[in-house]
Amino acid sequence: MDIVVCIKRVPLTQEVDLVIDAGKKDIRKDDLAYILNDWDNYAIEEAVQLKETFDGSVTVVTVGDEEDEEILRRALAMGADRAVRVDPGSRLLDGFVLSGILASVVKTIPHDLVLTGVQADDDNAGVVGVMLAERLGLSHAAVVTRIEKENGTARLHLELEGGMDAVCQIRFPALLTIQTGINEPRYVSIMGIRKAGKKELKVIELGELGLSDADLLPQTQVEELYLPPEAEGAEIIEGDPGAIAETLLRIIREKGVNV
Amino acid sequence: MSDIYVVAEHRQGELRDITFEMLTKARALCEAGGHSLTAVLLADEAGALLPPLAERADKILFFQDARLKVFDPDLYRDVLAHAIGQGKPLLILMGHTPSGLEYVPALSIRTGLPIATDCVDIQLEGSKPKLTRQIYSGKLFARVVCRDADSYLITVRPSAFQPEESAPVQAEVVQQPLPGGVGEPRRTFIEYEDTSAGAVDIAQAPFLVSIGRGVGEEENISVIQELAEKLGATLSCSRPVVDKNWLPRYHQVGTSGKSVKPKVYLALGISGAFQHVAGIAGAGTVIAINKDKKAPIFRVADYGVVEDLFKIAEALKEKIKA
Repeated sequence: MDIVVCIKRVPLTQEVDLVIDAGKKDIRKDDLAYILNDWDNYAIEEAVQLKETFDGSVTVVTVGDEEDEEILRRALAMGADRAVRVDPGSRLLDGFVLSGILASVVKTIPHDLVLTGVQADDDNAGVVGVMLAERLGLSHAAVVTRIEKENGTARLHLELEGGMDAVCQIRFPALLTIQTGINEPRYVSIMGIRKAGKKELKVIELGELGLSDADLLPQTQVEELYLPPEAEGAEIIEGDPGAIAETLLRIIREKGVNV
Repeated sequence: MSDIYVVAEHRQGELRDITFEMLTKARALCEAGGHSLTAVLLADEAGALLPPLAERADKILFFQDARLKVFDPDLYRDVLAHAIGQGKPLLILMGHTPSGLEYVPALSIRTGLPIATDCVDIQLEGSKPKLTRQIYSGKLFARVVCRDADSYLITVRPSAFQPEESAPVQAEVVQQPLPGGVGEPRRTFIEYEDTSAGAVDIAQAPFLVSIGRGVGEEENISVIQELAEKLGATLSCSRPVVDKNWLPRYHQVGTSGKSVKPKVYLALGISGAFQHVAGIAGAGTVIAINKDKKAPIFRVADYGVVEDLFKIAEALKEKIKA
């Protein structure tokens, strides 16, 4: 079973004050740490587990610059067999462009299954996986929380709202977008990442893919970024923990809870 | 005058809330710009689906076929590509929901039309939409524009718009069979499964102590569990805690978990992703404790504490004892 996993490196934004840059179309990223997109971490783990059970290979693909190779090496350390990075140069990437680039690469790699995360933690758009499926002519399913492979098909759980799943059967080849929580991604040590350095990491320049300007024209663009409008928001309680706790208990009781 | 389409989302014979939210927003856009509102319904039978749509739309495009008994992304893509090609609507609004995520991006590639997803506001400047999205988990807002096109695909965030009653209209219903060239679905629906049933019903609890990613380690759960017991509260959590298997799914609050309506919701180390916030809309009072003063949860909480959650948890335990 040959699996391709498309992944992305994103800035770590929890507990960080984001600063909008002068152009107002992006944030200042120089001081930010970067990580593998959370959803993609689960997608890699799922691919590696499927390979470990059913044999085959796992290829990870990302579109990005040299620094983005960090997540490819991480994926290789998790058990992927080879990695591909497409260097987009200075192109502006939206889901349309990204899926076009990925499609031209993934179609050259044998695959029974293509996995992506449900969405990326930076733009939160959630379109690349299903766009890629459409471009490759693959049947697909999104927000997948369980995969049970049965010969040439898989029984899938798709997460809906309110704790409800839809269960369905899909035939390979297929593309699935993976939801967090589907598995427990393995721990990767720095040593593991170093060892994975011996595995193949291929770099493709955008120009080699033969894409036209129309293929690389973003469909949507950010006109302006801005901070959330000042809402009334929470009344902030300050003081030492003891005083805060006292105030909180008073509020909880006032709201009709017996504590 | 152009059309604004709203694709009705429904499951098991009932329209989903998002349908009414989109119809409300679409009606406002229609009134402001002199457009006409068309609801697009794909279903095996009209049942209870048609009447509420007929009261809110000027026209209903009703594609009826046995194959539409359950949602299938290939069918939605094909039928909507056909409908858009025929009707050339200015905007097509669809839910940014698990179902929407399954067909709208494919529809964009199939039709070549630009797409903006998860929009929390939609403005029309002439025939050009300006969309508001949230990025970086809600820490920033982005105003987004699409390249020029005849039609624009927009997915709408659930709960971004409040459904409102408007003067009822009686829509003209245009019933159509599936267009030619629509293939058989490539995947087979088997069943729905409720994964949230369990020992604790957080939906009924009057006081919830809820934990998020900020709890850090699995070992720390017991600290909060103990606090919840001391306070006589029920323990709940946000998605990352369930993803890590630290608590069973029936504890999860949010769009993919349960909606709750406690008198008091004490959120510990929860950042406040919109999927979570949607689940606590019914809470009486929300108190948030988080180290990150910019965490979106503080925008929806009534009271906030910017502090290490364990310090406050310990202090609360002490005060309860006293």
